[in-house]
Amino acid sequence: MLKTIPKACFIDNKYCPGCGHGIANRLVAEVLEEMGRDGDALAAIAVGCASLMPDTFGIDCVQAQHGRAAAVAVGMKRCRPDKLVFTYQGDGDALAIGFSETMYAAVRHENITVIFVNNGNFGMTGGQMAPTTLEGQRTTTSPRGRDVRTTGDPMNIMELLKPLDPAYLARGSMTSNAEILKTKKYIRTAFEAQERGVGYSFVEILSPCPTNWGLSAMDAVARIRAEVVPVYPLGEFVKKEGL
Amino acid sequence: MARQLMKGNEAVAEAAVRAGCRFFAGYPITPQSEVLEYLSKRMGEVGGTFLQSESELAGISMIYGAAACGFRAFTSSSGPGYSLMQEGISYIASAELPCLLLDVQRYGSGLGDIFIGQSDYWQCVKNGGHGDYRSIVYAPNSVQEIADLAVLGFEKAEEYRNPVTLLSDASISQMMEPVELPEMREHDPDQFDWALKGKGTGESKRHTSVMYYMSDYDTYIQSKYREIEGKEQRWESFQTEDAELVLVAYGISSRICAEAVALSRARGRRVGLIRPISLYPFPVKAFEPLPCVKAYLTVEMSKLAQMAEDVALASGMKHPIYTKTGGTALYDSAEVCGEIEAVLSGEAKEAF
Amino acid sequence: MEKLVIRHEDWCKNCEFCIRSCPKGALSAAENRINAKGYPPVQVDYEKCIACGVCFNVCPDYVFEIAEVSGNG
Repeated sequence: MLKTIPKACFIDNKYCPGCGHGIANRLVAEVLEEMGRDGDALAAIAVGCASLMPDTFGIDCVQAQHGRAAAVAVGMKRCRPDKLVFTYQGDGDALAIGFSETMYAAVRHENITVIFVNNGNFGMTGGQMAPTTLEGQRTTTSPRGRDVRTTGDPMNIMELLKPLDPAYLARGSMTSNAEILKTKKYIRTAFEAQERGVGYSFVEILSPCPTNWGLSAMDAVARIRAEVVPVYPLGEFVKKEGL
Repeated sequence: MARQLMKGNEAVAEAAVRAGCRFFAGYPITPQSEVLEYLSKRMGEVGGTFLQSESELAGISMIYGAAACGFRAFTSSSGPGYSLMQEGISYIASAELPCLLLDVQRYGSGLGDIFIGQSDYWQCVKNGGHGDYRSIVYAPNSVQEIADLAVLGFEKAEEYRNPVTLLSDASISQMMEPVELPEMREHDPDQFDWALKGKGTGESKRHTSVMYYMSDYDTYIQSKYREIEGKEQRWESFQTEDAELVLVAYGISSRICAEAVALSRARGRRVGLIRPISLYPFPVKAFEPLPCVKAYLTVEMSKLAQMAEDVALASGMKHPIYTKTGGTALYDSAEVCGEIEAVLSGEAKEAF
Repeated sequence: MEKLVIRHEDWCKNCEFCIRSCPKGALSAAENRINAKGYPPVQVDYEKCIACGVCFNVCPDYVFEIAEVSGNG
């Protein structure tokens, strides 16, 4: 089967070696182009490593303020309901500073799609603790390992969104060819939920951050399998009828 | 069109709709909540979107998204909520997108109080947000003018691709006055080549800080705001031709001062009034043709005399500047007359 | 015929995801040269490659394509 680099990935990306963002960017581009919707898709891009996306990703977009991508996307979607509108956010952006915007977009059943890249830390600023950081995980602001008694438990956004009656919730990873293909399917289903007007869709992608984890690219992938997936299990958590 | 009696908050909301605004997102706060209440009903009638956001942070972000799509987008708040919007305003300005903002001032820092004040001057005019940007700021002094400036605000926002702020106050926005509303007009968001609507078969567009993709951004941004400063000064002058003492006041204070000038003129005092309508750009040109002036008196409902610094700069510090200030205590025209007498008799102490 | 093509050798960052994922062991990092980014780029052993596309799927840097190539090209 022929495989062509999506047109939206028009230039080399600026992510670190082994970073999952490159794959996530490509999957979004592939899905939009396969759906024939790349020409009328609009994105709200987060602050953090996600903010590197617009430099290399050829889709109409707005660089949102830190944490506010969901609200920016809502402004776009309400004005142009016929467009496919999505956010592209990391864990610091969507779950720390932007938790309110993330949750309220779901509360209002906004017909947008959130692409959420979870790499367990604040990558852009040097690997500080994020809401998703695992218990005991060392980061530059949890040097002795995350103490959940004082910093809270790792945030499982699937469980928090589930009661809000979303259209589609799924968590994928990019630890292997098979998982990457599954994640692509999740992204496709999420955009289809929006296209059909079913409501809020959210895809979490467990992504390696070799640079800040202090691991080689392949060891970072192995860590996701061994340590991250047990805390953040993969699969579809909500899939409304007909999707 | 016939005049009708309307509250300032409702007049500005209706004027925005008639200017073609079809997107409003905002959060309740006294004394601007009537803007939300009015538009929650009105937007549905014209096929627009009214969205009560979870916070002003979210509200200004929704405005950012709507503005990026070329829509006429509007949000309103009062001091504490306007504070929360500053980051978003900075982003919108940096991305060069147009939008209309309204700050209905209430007095005080922190929670403050809900009564009239003019203590958001520094924040609105000097920028509460980070970076090198300005918001064009208009200060209405009547219900008619707040409606007119809403229309002008959208036009100037699009002309310069920049946020425009209406700096109102609890008095202008809460009072009812006769107003002639503007004609209903359509706005086509697709008229702008920068409006996001999907890349189609062409190049993709992105709205982010323009400095990222402009080779000589520094020169550009300086010239942009210099052009605004040169061309967009607005003011009214009353009886300044022979005035030895010129009062300077905006918004509701300008109406008190107009009365005080009339009362003092009746006593034979040669006083006049400059009423800035644009606060950014500050109407420096209003201070050029004053052949008889010997002193200025700024009158504003801020105890720290926030506008007085701009009067000092605009007048080149060639004459002393006195300040009549209000805070938790307000003034009326009689008190302003008293201050005029104090200045003329040499009893008042100058601020600059 | 369909063939694996290294479309953007200079985009390779030597993360080795493709090398470790290749079911035929057909990929390796170049030993004696570096690309424009300063990494030893991936290279293909066409004796082993079956053009399955796994490397395309796992590559974060859009290095590969599976393209229709005429003859031995």
